Amino acid sequence: MRVGVLALQGDFREHIAAAQACGHDAIEVRTEAELNSIDALILPGGESTTIIHLAQTFNLFQPIKDRIRDGIAVYGSCAGMILLADRIIDGAKNQKTFGGLDITVRRNAFGRQVDSFESDIDFNGATLKAVFIRAPWVEENGKGVEVLSTAAGHPVAVRQGKILATSFHPELTADLAVHRYFFDEICKSG
Amino acid sequence: MSEATGTARVKRGMAEMLKGGVIMDVVNVEQAKIAEDAGACAVMALERVPADIRAQGGVARMSDPDMIQKIQAAVSIPVMAKVRIGHFVEAQIIESLGVDYIDESEVLTPADYTNHIEKWNFKVPFVCGATNLGEALRRINEGAAMIRSKGEAGTGDVSNAMTHMRTIGGEIRRLTSMREDELYVAAKELQAPYALVKEVAETGKLPVVLFTAGGIATPADAALMMQMGADGVFIGSGIFKSGNPAHRAAACVKATTFYQDAKVLADVSRGLGEAMVGINVADIPVPHRLADRGW
Repeated sequence: MRVGVLALQGDFREHIAAAQACGHDAIEVRTEAELNSIDALILPGGESTTIIHLAQTFNLFQPIKDRIRDGIAVYGSCAGMILLADRIIDGAKNQKTFGGLDITVRRNAFGRQVDSFESDIDFNGATLKAVFIRAPWVEENGKGVEVLSTAAGHPVAVRQGKILATSFHPELTADLAVHRYFFDEICKSG
Repeated sequence: MSEATGTARVKRGMAEMLKGGVIMDVVNVEQAKIAEDAGACAVMALERVPADIRAQGGVARMSDPDMIQKIQAAVSIPVMAKVRIGHFVEAQIIESLGVDYIDESEVLTPADYTNHIEKWNFKVPFVCGATNLGEALRRINEGAAMIRSKGEAGTGDVSNAMTHMRTIGGEIRRLTSMREDELYVAAKELQAPYALVKEVAETGKLPVVLFTAGGIATPADAALMMQMGADGVFIGSGIFKSGNPAHRAAACVKATTFYQDAKVLADVSRGLGEAMVGINVADIPVPHRLADRGW
């Protein structure tokens, strides 16, 4: 399987390393041709306003939206969760998203950087160390959305069909559980 | 659920999220909004950009909390602020405002000519400048969670940033080629802790994110620094001292992402209007060079 990580801004190299550690080919995606060559897409952590701005400027916005609508398996961490959400609270003025995930996301929900934290959370039957950095949470979710983890009473890992999103950054730890879940449970599902 | 705030991982992780981005100096709400709209990944709130500090002289201090909070209220991206080298009370004040990153900066007038701030004591992460590997590792040892090469701020002359990136990169490459039993002397020569020297020798990179700052004025400058191995770019006076800040800001953001694509770089370099006038570093008398501050 060929995995693409959107490489406009953020910690895309860490996601590429995680995909490779799981045994997959992984490439950086900055063009439509690269987008069309992949079987699964990861939207990394970073600054969501910057990433969406660059996607719009370099004609990737509609193609990514289309590939998500057409059912490519996609995983977004932190900023990636915001980019996948259908609705945003506390976004920048007119901030757009690729959408596809039936959630309302609250940006910087846990507070500013001084409130960023790490914590043990349950994910898919195991405990993992989750790193939250100016992280969003899921304020409300549609019926088709499965909640995989919660923190502070809010969903922080959710799945809807072939879309996975986490508020936290598994790519910053050596634990590959979330990436393996994405590749093994979501990408391979019909 | 046990939660830990202010850990090295969340501090260094914050910098990881800024990678591939441009952090812009802004002096008011209007500039902060221009920066956010242009795709800046963060802004540095300060009262005077380095070019003005240089021109006006006098003692340069942290900014008014009112000014910083207005900028925090106006944008949704991370907001950074500068404190004087060694001025830990300025840092306590800035931390209490909920600023996302503190720059312990040589651009302001140092408060301590011997010691830097003990940065492990803070929950807010710090970025510090460095001209070479030893300086970078001393700052990391004090708790810096991000390093930026210094360059010569407020000049629009990229040559010092280039020197510092080459020096840091070269010293890292040298460590990776050494025998393990030579690293003790290397640590002595770098005046840096052995444990950090050994880590760099093993990984071939700093343990924290490395940005570039100081003298970057054009999209080509930003791309040059990225090709030299920077993880991202600070642009101080270069944007808002130019003819068309919004246009130049957006161009520098694009150049930092597509730093290896000369066609994109050519496109974004067109019609930018006047760059900041600039000062050649060689024309600045040595005692007035900001990059030499820090020890």
